[in-house]
Amino acid sequence: MVAVDARTATKVVVQATINGEPVQFLAEPRQTLLECLRDVLSLTGTKEGCADGNCGACNVVMDGRLVNSCLVLGVEAAGASITTIEGIAPVGGLHPLQTAFLEQAALQCGICTPGFIVSASELLKRNARPTEDEIRFWLAGNLCRCTGYDKIVRAVLQAAEMIHPAA
Amino acid sequence: MTTTADRPATSSPTRVISINDGANIIVSHGDYAVIGTRPVRHDGVDKVTGRAVYGGDTRLNGLLFGKVLRSPHVHARIVSIDTSKARAVPGVHAIVTNADLPTAEDREVNLGEGGGNLKYMSDNVLASDLVLYKGHAIAAVAAINVHVAEAACALIEVEYEVLPAVHEIKAAIAEGAPLVHPSLTTKSLGKDTGVHSNITNHARLQIGDPDAAFARADVIAEGEFTTTMVHQGYIEPTNATAMWYADGKVTIWTSTQGSFAARDSTAQILGLPVSRVKAVPQEIGGGFGGKINVYLEPVAALLSRASGRPVKLIMTRAEVFQATGPAPGSYSKVKFGATKDGRLVAASAEIYMESGAYPGSDTGAAMRCLYSPYKIDDMRVDGYDVLTNRPKTAPYRAPGAPQAAFASEQVIDDLARKLGMDPVEFRLLNAAHEGTRLVNGPLHKKVGGIEVLEQTKAHAHYQSDLGTPSPGTKRGRGVAIGYWFNIGLPSSVAISVNADGSVTLVEGSTDIGGSRASIAMQAAEILGVRAEDVRPSVVDTDSIGYTGVTGGSRTTYATGLAAIEAARHVIAQMTARVAKVWSVSPDEVSHDHGAFRAGTRSMSFKDAAGHLDETGGPITGTASLDPQGHGGAFATVTCDVEIDVETGKTQVLKWTIVQDAGKAIHPSYVEGQFQGASAQGIGWALSEEYFMNSKGEMTNTSLLDYRLPTAFDVPMINTVIVEVPNPGHPFGVRGVGEASIVPPMAAVANAIRDAIGVRMHALPMNPGAILHALGTI
Amino acid sequence: MDDFEYVRPGSVGEAVALLAEKPGRARAMAGGTDLLVQLKVGRRTLDRVVDVKGIAELNEIHVGSDGGITIGAAVPCHRVYDHPAIVAGFPGIVDSASIVGGIAIQGRATLGGNLCNGAPSGDSIPSLAVVGAVAVIAGPSGRREFPVSEFCTGPGQTVLGADELLVAIRLPAPPPRSFGHYLRFIPRNEMDIAVAGAGAWVALDEAGVVTAARVVLASVAPTPIEVPDAATAIIGTRGEATALEAASEAAKAAARPITDMRGTQAQRRHLSGVLTKRALAGAIARARGEHVPGAHEAHRVHASATH
Repeated sequence: MVAVDARTATKVVVQATINGEPVQFLAEPRQTLLECLRDVLSLTGTKEGCADGNCGACNVVMDGRLVNSCLVLGVEAAGASITTIEGIAPVGGLHPLQTAFLEQAALQCGICTPGFIVSASELLKRNARPTEDEIRFWLAGNLCRCTGYDKIVRAVLQAAEMIHPAA
Repeated sequence: MTTTADRPATSSPTRVISINDGANIIVSHGDYAVIGTRPVRHDGVDKVTGRAVYGGDTRLNGLLFGKVLRSPHVHARIVSIDTSKARAVPGVHAIVTNADLPTAEDREVNLGEGGGNLKYMSDNVLASDLVLYKGHAIAAVAAINVHVAEAACALIEVEYEVLPAVHEIKAAIAEGAPLVHPSLTTKSLGKDTGVHSNITNHARLQIGDPDAAFARADVIAEGEFTTTMVHQGYIEPTNATAMWYADGKVTIWTSTQGSFAARDSTAQILGLPVSRVKAVPQEIGGGFGGKINVYLEPVAALLSRASGRPVKLIMTRAEVFQATGPAPGSYSKVKFGATKDGRLVAASAEIYMESGAYPGSDTGAAMRCLYSPYKIDDMRVDGYDVLTNRPKTAPYRAPGAPQAAFASEQVIDDLARKLGMDPVEFRLLNAAHEGTRLVNGPLHKKVGGIEVLEQTKAHAHYQSDLGTPSPGTKRGRGVAIGYWFNIGLPSSVAISVNADGSVTLVEGSTDIGGSRASIAMQAAEILGVRAEDVRPSVVDTDSIGYTGVTGGSRTTYATGLAAIEAARHVIAQMTARVAKVWSVSPDEVSHDHGAFRAGTRSMSFKDAAGHLDETGGPITGTASLDPQGHGGAFATVTCDVEIDVETGKTQVLKWTIVQDAGKAIHPSYVEGQFQGASAQGIGWALSEEYFMNSKGEMTNTSLLDYRLPTAFDVPMINTVIVEVPNPGHPFGVRGVGEASIVPPMAAVANAIRDAIGVRMHALPMNPGAILHALGTI
Repeated sequence: MDDFEYVRPGSVGEAVALLAEKPGRARAMAGGTDLLVQLKVGRRTLDRVVDVKGIAELNEIHVGSDGGITIGAAVPCHRVYDHPAIVAGFPGIVDSASIVGGIAIQGRATLGGNLCNGAPSGDSIPSLAVVGAVAVIAGPSGRREFPVSEFCTGPGQTVLGADELLVAIRLPAPPPRSFGHYLRFIPRNEMDIAVAGAGAWVALDEAGVVTAARVVLASVAPTPIEVPDAATAIIGTRGEATALEAASEAAKAAARPITDMRGTQAQRRHLSGVLTKRALAGAIARARGEHVPGAHEAHRVHASATH
């Protein structure tokens, strides 16, 4: 039998910066960052599709790296800076990727969209003018079942152009 | 690249209205202000910012979290269930089993569409005496969090008597096979044969005398084909939240393709009048047919009744695979005969489709679609529904048709090869058109099969050469055509006019991929306002008239028609108000392109809306209808593949899909349907399957090993939207969601045949299968 | 998932003590991309998770004066493939690090974790083994070193004691004109577990003749396995087709695969040969100074319709 009682999990105070704001929350060690974001902090824009790092719907940026929040413990966020889909856009506006996804119709059901936008935003930080193949490779960890990816690729290309217009 | 866009289709007057980057072509008709444009969808901003509330995002005060205990066995009798240890776990609020459900009657219930046997529906939600597949729900726990619920589930003690099982079609129909439902007998051609077997139904459709016609054929091609169970693969796991209020009313919040279907099924299973159940459709993260049936809704309701608190259930990915409804596997034998000048004269086929644990599969639709692309005077198809100890199958995009086309379109390809004919020419020569008899009896209405094939032939892709293969690889090209009949079903829409000239549109169709926009645009076109002036909302079952599921490619057609009718209702009332303002008879006022006119006078819709207060108050236009004028659609796929002959790996290099949309209301989302179905088809063709071990258990229950195509696996997808208007819709809409998944698997198989000279008889055509077919291993 | 205690020690000694306190019930976690999945599905239960990312030594990449490199056990994949010295000297390891999972996984997953997880399919293990990498292990009684090629003892099993911690992986200085290459076969182009994998390493003399070689296969036996006969077949040659074919046959003979959902015995045995041949050819080409694309670049044919 399990030595630690599933019922009496001890919560830990976690201090982190989420979307630029200092945050304190309580987490059981077994709770993933995804669970903490969604169920503790009500940041439900980050989605769960598989819970084992194979769909990318839960992708967030943690200390400057793209991670699957389903494969990070909430307690590991202590001291970290995290950006979720809710923190991608400036107040009152949209990130160029968000605009491009809308204009290119790069979403159908939309459940994978936050993960794609968060992932693509990290690509564009590192590669201002990615090729189609570079976009596809970077986004291979994000599954979309609706679009066939064509319009997603176009949206990322458009956003790259919006952020760094060709001369 | 060059396109065929400057070549008009030969039938019906057409013109090109848009070329998007050279890859997306529209061969169009009509002249509209809103329809055919590409506005930003109304729900778009919420979905790109993470604001949209999906089923799993449902949050309620006092919410409990549930977990379902599922069968580890493929087939077993439940001897006993002891929940006492689980109930003792602190934090557990409720545990339910089938005993908490009303005793379900063994009778068919009509749920507007589909429906089924109530006992089977109830037993599939929580097993009564038998578990019929691994993952079959047995009990459920509600607790303070999902971890406690999971721990409690593990403490529920179930004693099983394991029974022999059947895992796939051929084993299930073999002599002496263990029976999934020993009491059931085979129905054949409408009669009960009295024979106990796993074949629950045998149906036949026949026109003419195919046996005699085969004797007249100069060339015959035939083959046997199997496809494996696959999953719709929606990214959002199945979920439901329910609250059973103290007054006995129940509300369910769920991601569903049909809020009314979810309400009605839940009410039937719970034994409640429909008026006591309200379904609140949350945003839905994909469905493709897999989110029509209820799995969790009644369980969440029972847990809520037992706990007095709202309860949310979300499946894990492994549960989604094992305990929802996947698409059936199939086994088919198909034979076509042609004269030496290339005329199809005879066809016969047998199609076996698994239904999984309970009766009822997609066989009927497969039979209807199999021969639909062609004019054949003598044809017969026999269809068999087969029980297996696997999850009860459910619709998946054009349910049944892709499996049938995988078989028939490969045989057609073989026939064209034997005749030495170009595969598209051969299909054109035999193409069905308006007036061609369908195997199920009726004649084709106006359809675009010929136009689709002509665009396929003329397309730059089809006209191009294959290019130079990479070292160690071979290239090939394949083509296939598919058909889906589309459906109607009831829809309701209400439109209210605001004083500033904008309108609110309330609808019952859940929006799975942009239908708010396509419906609002149709209303806007009639009203003469901009798409952005319409605010569409998908509302709960208490707030709009009955509306069928978002499925069957019906929503833009049928709910669109309701929106058109509701808009016309608004215009009729507005016309009377404008007449009042101008003190003329309503007969003297006309409405056109957003302006009311009488003689030389003119008033915009917006100005007219400003007069509502003084002329009699608010206006709402409503429509509830059950349209019958849906039109079927054809789609072709042309694909180029490159195969590494040493590893057996197939890479899709180039893909073009041509489909008759009737009318593309929002072309971007029409292209998106074509492209999405194409990628699903590539997955079904090359990598997706329910992989079973020797015990009949699915072993690849994660998205690691159930391989949906990634962005890195598929090419850009060329689309051609052909618009052959459906006479049953004012703008010609046919519906676009399904026909596009019918041809891909056969097209890939034909391309593989072209590349390596080997005919593939089974899905998936993964690297191991290719190596095996090549004789390498 | 059952609850557990989460601790984040700041030193190797502290971590070892925390592991030793609960033998078998505590486990080190670096990226967590394997461990957390195992905990979620109940394949493993623990009383204590020891997060080792707070230990400075485990986060370092140290380049020695001789050209050898020590990679801390908690260094994530992206730091491996972004490190100029590793890219320059150990492209086979870069091949592996850039195909473990997707980009998000590579933000967390580590070579150390891949090794300790002990999966027969671990993509980095052949690449490490062929260059003679050594595991630096700390335990209650001090440190020991162990060759990576013998680190795994069975599926999910390694030589690591329950009270031991993998501190780093030490890559010996590469001889001149020596490079590795890793190839795996997967049904998709990304995100899959290897059906079979082959890591190859060669050293050439000035005339371009192979003077030393190693081949290690993944996913075709209970552990990654070395194929000395494949090395023998290529040594003394310039990588001619006949030599590659002989190496390929040696790999097929050495493979001891099983049939499961990811592939059949016959397919894996066949792929062992194909991948060995291709990986050796790639390693030889690299040693000659030619550019050989990384594994992730090689998988996809660049021929989309609408470029």
